[in-house]
Parts: sequence; structure tokens; C-alpha cells
Amino acid sequence: METANLRKAYGEALVEAGKTNKDIVVLEADLSKSTMSALFKEAFPDRFFEMGIAEQNMTSTAAGFALAGKIPFTGTFAVFAAGRAYDQIRCAVAIPRANVKIIGSSCGLSDYGDGKTHQSVEDGNIIRAIPNMVVLNPLDAVEVKKMMPVVINYKGPVYIRINRNDLPVYTSPNEKFQIGKIFPVTKDTEKSDAIIYATGIMVSKAMEAAERLKSEGIIAQVVNVSTLKPLLKEEVLKYAAGKKAAVTAEEAVRTGGLGQAIASILMANGPLAFEEVAINDDFGTSARNYDELLTRYGLMSEDVYKAVKKALNKGK
Amino acid sequence: MISESVIRELKAEAIQLRFDILEMIGIGNPGHLGGSSSLAEAMAVLYFYKMNVDNNYPQKPDRDRLVLSKGHAALIQYAALCEKGFFPRSELKRVKALDGLLQGHPDLTIPGIEAVTGSLGQGLSIGVGMALALRLDKSPARVYVIMGDGEQSEGQLWEASQAAANFKVDNLTAFIDWNKIQATGPTRDIFSIPALDEKWKAFGWNVIPADGHDPAKIIEAVESAEKVKGKPSVIILDTVKGKGFSFAEGNAAYHNGALTDETYKKAVEELNAAKAGL
Repeated sequence: METANLRKAYGEALVEAGKTNKDIVVLEADLSKSTMSALFKEAFPDRFFEMGIAEQNMTSTAAGFALAGKIPFTGTFAVFAAGRAYDQIRCAVAIPRANVKIIGSSCGLSDYGDGKTHQSVEDGNIIRAIPNMVVLNPLDAVEVKKMMPVVINYKGPVYIRINRNDLPVYTSPNEKFQIGKIFPVTKDTEKSDAIIYATGIMVSKAMEAAERLKSEGIIAQVVNVSTLKPLLKEEVLKYAAGKKAAVTAEEAVRTGGLGQAIASILMANGPLAFEEVAINDDFGTSARNYDELLTRYGLMSEDVYKAVKKALNKGK
Repeated sequence: MISESVIRELKAEAIQLRFDILEMIGIGNPGHLGGSSSLAEAMAVLYFYKMNVDNNYPQKPDRDRLVLSKGHAALIQYAALCEKGFFPRSELKRVKALDGLLQGHPDLTIPGIEAVTGSLGQGLSIGVGMALALRLDKSPARVYVIMGDGEQSEGQLWEASQAAANFKVDNLTAFIDWNKIQATGPTRDIFSIPALDEKWKAFGWNVIPADGHDPAKIIEAVESAEKVKGKPSVIILDTVKGKGFSFAEGNAAYHNGALTDETYKKAVEELNAAKAGL
């Protein structure tokens, strides 16, 4: 399976957009070589602002840029972007709907070596709770590239989670990205037994699970929920129709996560057998590789597979 | 040299702004009287002498911007914006009311307000972002940021001060309303921040002390700040919290206090006397 790096895709897309859109400015907190906005710095040094290791100031400064008509991107690790600068996002960015784009890089457990202080198991969940915020969680590098022009055209604050590692590419470059739209990754068939709402890295794990289920004669449709907010009721229900069970899969803690969001929509529509794949109430930890860590936290294809089976059993 | 008549007009304007504060607070409702009235002269100078703003075109690109980092003093900015015609006078009495225009703290929904503030320590960062954006656009506009002295304990503000110096932001002038009282008492007792001027100098700023209740001195400081290139300037306004209302001067109880029938009457009398004395 072809893999590609999401950070690199972000950096390249930023440069591409910067060529035609002179309003784009980039602010960084000493991590541009990791987030890959260093590519933008190289191309457009006048529009790159190294803010030092001061994420709170970076975030409010970006709000100032936006209020004066610019389209600022801020970059740092997701855990700092969402956590360290929470109140700055809330007051300076979200309340005035400032046109700030916040990059939460190395999201989830993807910075596997650095451990719990650098991994972010709750960033998307926190930002989802803030009114006015759009929260995106691309599954692969192609989706990152497709998202960028849409995010730039959208007038308002956006938080984007970017995985640190090379991930398998499932997104077709042909289908247009749209905020709030859920994208089918496998075709629906009349025989589909279950629906898997997956986001980020978990889409690839869900795909592997679906393959295995298929070999057993169970059809599970996988959809990519790359917009964590707004999560549109009609989009969610569209894919649940006719299924015997629904499963969610996310690289985040359960509390306030995608699973709970989908469950609340499904429950209101009439109950459907349901299972969640998510991180239990726990921080991350250091590991030597990503899959080792995903295994520890129950986020592998095996876990999605089991969740689908469990949900289908309940649905009987 | 600024003419005596201009200074007298600015003093009169500051008194009018204090009248407006009274109108907004009224009787029996808590309101940030102290930290609003300490800024009356600075607001009068900025809105009625210095800043290029247009109530008929609040979003004009080359306007000067004022970010009130000490957002709890919103009343004094509302007063100035109202006097400048940004919104009708009838809104003053509806401040903090459900569905009123004037929120408890500055909000972008209010014409003339440039940033959401109230969570202290963020205004300077926002101002630096605006100043850098205006510089990219080669705009002649200036950015003014007003901070509190109690607010100086917020760490983010010092991050912003370093950023401003790093980027040599000279199209921004900051103010510290050095009124020496914070919400729960005298700043030196609550959380002492000694040698403010030395700190700002050490952080790479041009520091200008000024009498915060003398419009002539404020103008002098603001104009001297404009001439300094290659570094940001901060004007430390020596002020009295609750200035203009004898019972509130230097009194932490009026940081966010309510007026009684008696104190309201006294306040009006004192402002009338000040007006007559000009």
C-alpha cells in the first residue's frame, strides 16, 4: 500500500497556497522543521513569523493578524496547540470567529517516542467543545492537500490535526473535500451489515478490519469522518441506514470524542447496536514504534474487527 | 505646542466620558468604575485627538486600532465610541443587558471594538499581530494597546513584549494604566511587580512615563513614542483608580462596585464641579 507523510503534505500545500494568496502568513513556535511549515519559511520568509517557544502568544498574535485581514496558520504539536493555548483559542480566536487556522501537528499517539507529555489524546475533543470551531482530522496526505484550499477559503477558525507519520493513502484525489461531509472509503452494498465511522489513522485500521470481516462474509462499510466538527446529523444517518450495527474508531479518548458524538446522533434516531474503538481514560506512553503503541491502546485493526463482531452480535 | 483650548476640550471630554460611565453603571448594579475612570484622559486623547477612526466606516482598512487588553474597563471605551457616534446613546443604559449591544467585556459585535478581550494578558499579543499585519500591508495605521498594572502578572504579556521587540514593532504603542489597585486590593500588597519601567526596558522597549490625567502630557508621550523607530514603546500612565469620584479614588471596592442613590448623586455633583472648574 502506498504511504505518504501528512506533515510534508501540509508544508507543500501551504507553499502552493502561498504562491497565489498573499494574505497567508505562518506563525510557528520553534517547531517549523517538524510541522513542515519550514517549507513556507523558505519560500516566503517575509510572511513567516518565528514566535519562539510561546504558544499562547503565538495564538493570540495570529488572532491579531486575522483581525487585520490576514489568513494566519499557527503550527506546533497538537498537545500544545490545543492545551497550552486553550484560552487563547477560546477568547482571541473562537469568540470573534477570527480567521485563524491552527495546526495540531503530531496529533494522537503519532509522536510515539516522546511519550505522554507530547502525545495528544484529547486535543480534538477539547477543541470540538468550543463554539464556532471547525475541527478536521485528515486520514492521509492526499486528504491534507485537498483540505488546504477549502480551509483557506473558509472564513473562520479551523483546527486541523496532522499525524506525524507516513500513513497509507486511501483518499482519491478526484473527490472534492468538503467541510462536514463524510466520505465513504468502501462502497456501500445492499448487503452491508455494519458501518464503521473512522477518523484519522483509524480509517486505515478500519479498512484492514473490513477486509478480514469480508473474508468471513461480513460486509462492513468504512466511512472517513475527517470533519470532527461540524458533525452533521444527516451525513451520519445517511450511512447508518439499513445497517445492523455501527462502530466508531478514533485515536483519542472516549470522553467528548467522535464515538460519543456519533452515538448521540444515532440514539436520537432510534437505537442501533453500537461499539466504540477509542482510548480509555488514559494518557499515552513512550514506545519504539507507532503500531506497538496503537496495539497497547486498543487501536489496531484487530480491535476494530472485534468491535464490529461484538456490535453485530448485540444487533441480532 | 498644543493650544490651551484643545487641552481644555480634552479635559471636558474626559469629564463627559465619566458622566457616560455613570449613565452605564446607574444605581445598584456592579460596574467597573475604578479602572474605567482612571483611563478617561487617555481615552479622550486617543479618540478625540489622536486616532484615525471613522464611525461611518468602522472597518476602513487604514484606521488606527485600539485594543483594550484590560477588557474589564470596557465602559470607558464604550463611552468614547458612543461620543464618537459609533452607536446610539440609548445603548448606554442597556449595557450588560440581555440582547443589549454592549457586552460586559469588549466584543467584536460592537462597532469600533477591534478585539475580544477580558481574559487578561492577551491584548498585547493581539495588538502585535495587528501591527505586523499592517506593516506587511505598508499601512500608516498605528495600533494602541492598553494594559492594566495588575495585568502585568500575566505571563503571556511578557511573551508578547519579547515578540514585539524581536520583530521591532514600532507601529504599536502600549499603555499601562498604573492605577496601583487591582480587584482585591493595592497591587503592591496583592502581587507586587516592582520596577515595571526597568522590566520593560530590559525587554527591549522604549519606556515613557506620563501623568495619566494630564492630556497635554499624554499627547507628548504618545507623540514621542511615534518618533521612536526600530523598537516598540510603552507609556506608563501614572493614574488614580476611580479618578474623579472622591469616594472611589484609590478604593478597591470600586474595581467593580455598585453605586447607591447617595454615591451616585455625589458622583454627579463632583463631575459637575469639575466641569465648572475648567
